[in-house]
Amino acid sequence: MSDTQKDPWARFRSATRARIALGRSGDALPTKALLEFQLAHARARDAVHSAVDFDRLAADLSPLECLRVHSAAPDRPTYLRRPDLGRRLDPASAAGLPAGEWDLLFVIADGLSAAAVQVNAAPLVHACVARLGHLRIGPVVLAGQARVALGDEVASAMGARLVALLVGERPGLSAADSLGVYLTWDPKPGRADSERNCISNVHAGGLSIQTAADKLCWLATEAARLKLTGVALKEDAPSLAGPDNDKKQLTDRS
Amino acid sequence: MAGYHRDLGRQRHRFDDLKAVMACASPRRSGDELAGIAADSDERRVAARMVLADLPLKIFLTEALVPYETDEVTRLIIDRHDAEAFRPVAHMTVGQFRDWLLSYDADTAALAALAPGLTPEMVAAVSKLMRNHDLVCVAAKCSVVTRFRTTVGLPGRLSSRLQPNHPTDDPTGIAASTLDGLLYGIGDAVIGINPATDNVPACIALLEMLDAVRTRFDIPVQSCVLAHVTTTMQAMERGAPVDLVFQSIAGTEKANTGFGVTLSLLAEAQEAAKSLKRGTIGDNVMYFETGQGSALSADAHFGVDQQTVETRAYAVARAFDPLLVNTVVGFIGPEYLYDAKQITRAGLEDHFCAKLLGVPMGCDVCYTNHAEADQDDMDVLMTMLATAGVNFLIAVPGADDVMLNYQSLSYHDVLGLRHLLKRPPAPEFEAWLDKAGWLDEQRRLPPWPDQSLVVSALLGSAA
Repeated sequence: MSDTQKDPWARFRSATRARIALGRSGDALPTKALLEFQLAHARARDAVHSAVDFDRLAADLSPLECLRVHSAAPDRPTYLRRPDLGRRLDPASAAGLPAGEWDLLFVIADGLSAAAVQVNAAPLVHACVARLGHLRIGPVVLAGQARVALGDEVASAMGARLVALLVGERPGLSAADSLGVYLTWDPKPGRADSERNCISNVHAGGLSIQTAADKLCWLATEAARLKLTGVALKEDAPSLAGPDNDKKQLTDRS
Repeated sequence: MAGYHRDLGRQRHRFDDLKAVMACASPRRSGDELAGIAADSDERRVAARMVLADLPLKIFLTEALVPYETDEVTRLIIDRHDAEAFRPVAHMTVGQFRDWLLSYDADTAALAALAPGLTPEMVAAVSKLMRNHDLVCVAAKCSVVTRFRTTVGLPGRLSSRLQPNHPTDDPTGIAASTLDGLLYGIGDAVIGINPATDNVPACIALLEMLDAVRTRFDIPVQSCVLAHVTTTMQAMERGAPVDLVFQSIAGTEKANTGFGVTLSLLAEAQEAAKSLKRGTIGDNVMYFETGQGSALSADAHFGVDQQTVETRAYAVARAFDPLLVNTVVGFIGPEYLYDAKQITRAGLEDHFCAKLLGVPMGCDVCYTNHAEADQDDMDVLMTMLATAGVNFLIAVPGADDVMLNYQSLSYHDVLGLRHLLKRPPAPEFEAWLDKAGWLDEQRRLPPWPDQSLVVSALLGSAA
C-alpha cells in the first residue's frame, strides 16, 4: 500500500497550514486536535498580553544607541480599547525627544506581539544598518504600548525624513511572533495608511530577516529618491504588501 | 432643540437629541466608548432606555440621525419606506413595539409583511429594549428565504459557508480545505474564498478552480471569491464563472466611500451578475459582509452608535436582494467589541435587526486573539444563533483561518449543531449528500469508517 493510500491527505498537508483532516470524536474534535488548538491560542494570547523586555532589546541592539518612549496608553487594557492613545506619545516622552537631522529613524513598537519584537526586531535593525551605512541613522526608539502612527510623532519631533516602524503584528494561531514594518516618508501626525509601505509576516516561518532587510532597504532607497512612500511606491515583487482583501477592510489595523 | 430627559429619583438625565438617546440606550461596548458617545453610568443607560421606550416609532421617519441631504443611505431608507406595510405598528411607541414583537400576534406572516415598513433605526431602537433571549425568540419567528442553486433560510435548516482561505491563494491548499469541508457537509450557502491578493487574474483563477470542483462532483452550491466589487465586475467582463458578487458594506455613504462603493455601483454589479443567469432556482446574486465598528473605524459614524449604524447597512443590503449577508461580528477587534459578552450581544442584535428588515442574515461567529474571548464563548453564540434560525454560519478547518489570522467556527461545530438541533442543510445540498450515500438512517452525516477510499476518490479527481 502506498503512503497516499494510508493517508490520502499526506500530499496536501504540505500545501496548507490549515487544520485539515483532524478526524472526529462523534461530531467533535478529537482530544489531540482540541489541545493543539488550545496551545496555539494560549501562545497567541500570551504574545498579546506579555510585555516586551526593553532592557534586553536594548542590549540586543548594542552598539546602536537607544531611546525609550511610551504612548499615552498607560497599560494593555487601555491600549486595546483606545487605539487613539496608542498612536500618541505621553507628554513626558514627547518632551524628552532630542531634535536632530536624520535620513532614517527606526522605531520599535510593541504593538500586539511582544514575542515578535523580542525575537525579530533587533536582528532586522542590525541587518538594515549593515546595508545602509551611507545614511545618517538616528538612535533606535523603543516604544511601549505603541501603534504604527506613533512613529510619525516621534520621527517628526526628532527631525527624520524617513521612519521605519517595526511592530508586533496581531498574532494568529500559526504564528504568534510575526513582525510588521511600516515605512513612511516625511513622517508627521495625521499621515494615512495609504502613505506608508508595509512589509508584513516577518518571522521564522514567514519572511526571513535577510529578505525583509533587502526589501526594506530597497524601499528606503527608492523612498529617498522619489521623496514619497505609499501607494505610489510599488515594488516589482507582488508579495511585498501584506494580504489585502475586503474582509480586512472592515478593520482598522493601525 | 429641547432634547429629552428622564427623572430618576433626584437625578435628571438629559439627552441632547435622538442620537444621544440611542447611543446611551445601547448596552455597554468599547466602540461607543471610543467614540465618546456611550452612557457614563449604568443608571443613565437605563434612563435612556426608558426615554426610548416612550418615543413614537414613527419619530424615526421624521428625525434622521444622518442627514438626508448629504447621505445616500438615509435617502434610500426614507425614499423606499413602505407606509402601507408600516400601518399596523404606526401608532406604537418603541416599548409597545417590543411587546407586540414578542406577542403571539407577531407571527411569521405578520413579520414578513411588516419588514418593508420598518427602517433600520426603528429596528435598532427596539433591539436596545430587548434581552438576548428576546432577540433570539423574535428572530426565530422571521423567515427570509433566498435562492441561487440552493435554497437558503428555510425554517428548520442550517446552512454554512465553507471558507477555505490560504495565505498565498495556493490552489492545492484551497482545494484540500474545500474537500475537507465537503466531507462534513459544509458549503451549502456558499464556498467562499477571501483572496490574499485582490487582482483580476488571481480572482479569475480561483473562480475557475471552484467552478471546476463544483461541476466535477455535480454539487448544488454557489461559489464566490470575496474580492472588491470592481475586481469581480472586471472578472465578469472577461467571462469568468461568477456566481455571486461580494462586497463589504456599511451604514453611511461616507463609510461606503471608504470601501470604494456607491449604491449605483452595487446596482451595476447586481445587473451584471444577474445577466449571467447562472442560478438554477433563483437569482439572488449578491453577498454582503458587515460588522459593528466599520463606520467608526472609517471616521464615518456621525455620532451615531455603532449598532444603529450597522443596522443601516442592512437597508443597503436589502435593496439588492442578496442571497447572503453576514456580520463578521468579532472580527473587527476589541476596540469595538471588547470581550465575549459584547461580541455575543452584538451577534444576536445584528441577526435580529437584519431578519426584522427582511435580510437573509448569517454570521461569522468569530474573535481575534486580542479580544477577551475563546472557543467556549463561540459555542454559546453559535448555539443561540442556530436556535434563532440564523440563515448560515461560516466554518473553516479546525476553526483557524490561516490567512486572516482569526478564529471562526470549525466544520465540526456546524455539523454538531445540525445534528444536535436537527437542522439539516439546504434541501438541494442534503439531496446531494444523500445521493452520495453519506447520510445514515437518521439523516446524520456520521464519521467515515474508512476515509481513505472516499477521500482518495475525491482528491484523486481534484488534483
